[in-house]
Amino acid sequence: TTQLSQGYRSFKPTELHCLRVWLSVVLGLIVLPAMFGVSLGFTDLYVKALVKTLEWATLRIQRGQKEEDAVPAHLPNGIIEKDDGSMEEEIGELRRSHPKSLAGGDFTLCDAFYFCKKGIESIVEDQVTQRFTSEELASWNLLTRTNNNFHYISVRVTIIWGLGVFIRYCILLPLRVTLAVLGLSWLVIGTTLVGLLPHSNVKTWISDLIHVTCYRICARALSARIRYHNKENHPKKGGICVANHTSPIDIVILANDGCYAMVGQIHGGLMGVIQRSMVRSCPHVWFERSEMKDRHAVAKRLKDHVADKTKQPILIFPEGTCINNTSVMMFKKGSFDIGATIYPVAIKYDPQFGDAFWNSGKYNMVSYLLRMMTSWAIVCNVWYLPPMSLQDGEDAVHFANRVKSAIARQGGLVDLFWDGGLKREKVKESYKEEQQKMYSSMIVGQD
Amino acid sequence: MGSTSSTLAKIPNAEDLMQETGFTPAHLVRLYDRFKVLDKDKKGFLTPQDFVAIKELAMNPICDRIIGAFFTSGGETLDFPSFVRILAHFRPIDKNRPKEPTSPDPINSRSNKLKFAFQLYDQDKDGKISRHELLQVLRAMLEKQVTEEQLESIADRTIQEADLDRDDAISFEEFRKSLEKVNIDHKMSIRFLR
Repeated sequence: TTQLSQGYRSFKPTELHCLRVWLSVVLGLIVLPAMFGVSLGFTDLYVKALVKTLEWATLRIQRGQKEEDAVPAHLPNGIIEKDDGSMEEEIGELRRSHPKSLAGGDFTLCDAFYFCKKGIESIVEDQVTQRFTSEELASWNLLTRTNNNFHYISVRVTIIWGLGVFIRYCILLPLRVTLAVLGLSWLVIGTTLVGLLPHSNVKTWISDLIHVTCYRICARALSARIRYHNKENHPKKGGICVANHTSPIDIVILANDGCYAMVGQIHGGLMGVIQRSMVRSCPHVWFERSEMKDRHAVAKRLKDHVADKTKQPILIFPEGTCINNTSVMMFKKGSFDIGATIYPVAIKYDPQFGDAFWNSGKYNMVSYLLRMMTSWAIVCNVWYLPPMSLQDGEDAVHFANRVKSAIARQGGLVDLFWDGGLKREKVKESYKEEQQKMYSSMIVGQD
Repeated sequence: MGSTSSTLAKIPNAEDLMQETGFTPAHLVRLYDRFKVLDKDKKGFLTPQDFVAIKELAMNPICDRIIGAFFTSGGETLDFPSFVRILAHFRPIDKNRPKEPTSPDPINSRSNKLKFAFQLYDQDKDGKISRHELLQVLRAMLEKQVTEEQLESIADRTIQEADLDRDDAISFEEFRKSLEKVNIDHKMSIRFLR
């Protein structure tokens, strides 16, 4: 028997007891209130404490930065200063200092300076690539990953930082992982069970409840504090909800406040399991990879879903890729061609507490989630904008741009015409021709 | 614990580069990060294709010439020190630098900035912008928007004004004289915000 007991490692009663306490704390204080949509106010308190700590840390760092140039109070979008003038203004300025008086139009040798400087500027920093790296902060938020330019650290700040590391990795991370696992298991098991029920109002109601509670638990797993604005514009059934895309977490953020039908490609592995079980309890729109290429098939399925007024509103991210939450890039026109009412939603994360952007080139899904769960918190604002529809004589592209501008304006994001997919493709010749056209009007004037 | 110092250690010959170009450690690190972003295939050097992949550069009318300024003598690879040395031309002029007659001009002096711009025109590097070279630049900037006759008359007019020694070409000195009132520091400099 001694040999047997040496082979086994029996759990001591104290360890089991600890586990039991841990689980009951998690269930009682976090999961249960989450399911009922009740907030015990822990996250709010936590965020307030965080804000105070970060302010203190910022002041101490700034005190040590006396010799260096003052950090600009308003964080701009970029690392180099760019003149905002149009081509005409800039070249006009260049020519003003030229001895020869020019009566509008004509060429001067210094004109090339404008193009040269613009070219070099874009080599150092361009609008497209910039949007695929994380936004930089004006002051450090005590996470090593955001420490770019802050080399002065006093002893006290270092201690707080060390404490922060301990709290984030040893206390918060295990808690969050537990919650995430609980939330996802709940979703899979719950939806599978509900799928067994016959179609009825009760089934829909239970299915919605299961979905929402799962997302609420996941939101707790990220220490997310979400503020919803203009809830009266919440997307309704038979409509399409469009939002700017920053990360996969956007889904959790939005679904905390209502049920949506998701659209996407069927994946394999864990993701596929979740997708397949979700669709058992309520209709989502999942595509096989081959189906995605066929635009008509995609449009038809979306149209059918939207036409059925009992189904939840579809959630679509028309940018097609994750952007870093400082700008909104071109919306693909597919979803705007369906003829349904569009409910635009703007999501803006506060980067001070944690960077939510998923740089898919740099991090895979697992490392990304780990980063999320070791940030301080995810704080974001969600604005529901009034519904928009296609106007007479408007085409899908114009409509898409209109919606994009509305979202950009509400979220305080830069409205860019670039296509997020461009990070993989070439630029069209027409862009260069436009530049040439603008310049030529300055040379030869209007003939 | 600044990540600046650890990244600085990754840059070979950082000290010499900073001395030569005048970039601060923080700026050098940013340029290094940018270099790595542009070098998508992680080759360790840049090729003209990496530059053309920058959307805003590709739509610039003189994009080829700007890229050509980086890849002098027909080479197809650009390492980080060379990348930084070219960009150093666009550092704002150091007003505080003491003027020593014996030391060489810093890379970002007014004169060197003008030389860089001159080089954009003077493709065969013979020290003169010929009428032919001027036409080429004009064609690049205007392409289909103006007729060939208009281009030629513009070229003729420009040479007429700038060409003081009547050799039908613009030398560097004539170029410099023609642009002496232009605020080169403002127009040919790029300022880092941090």
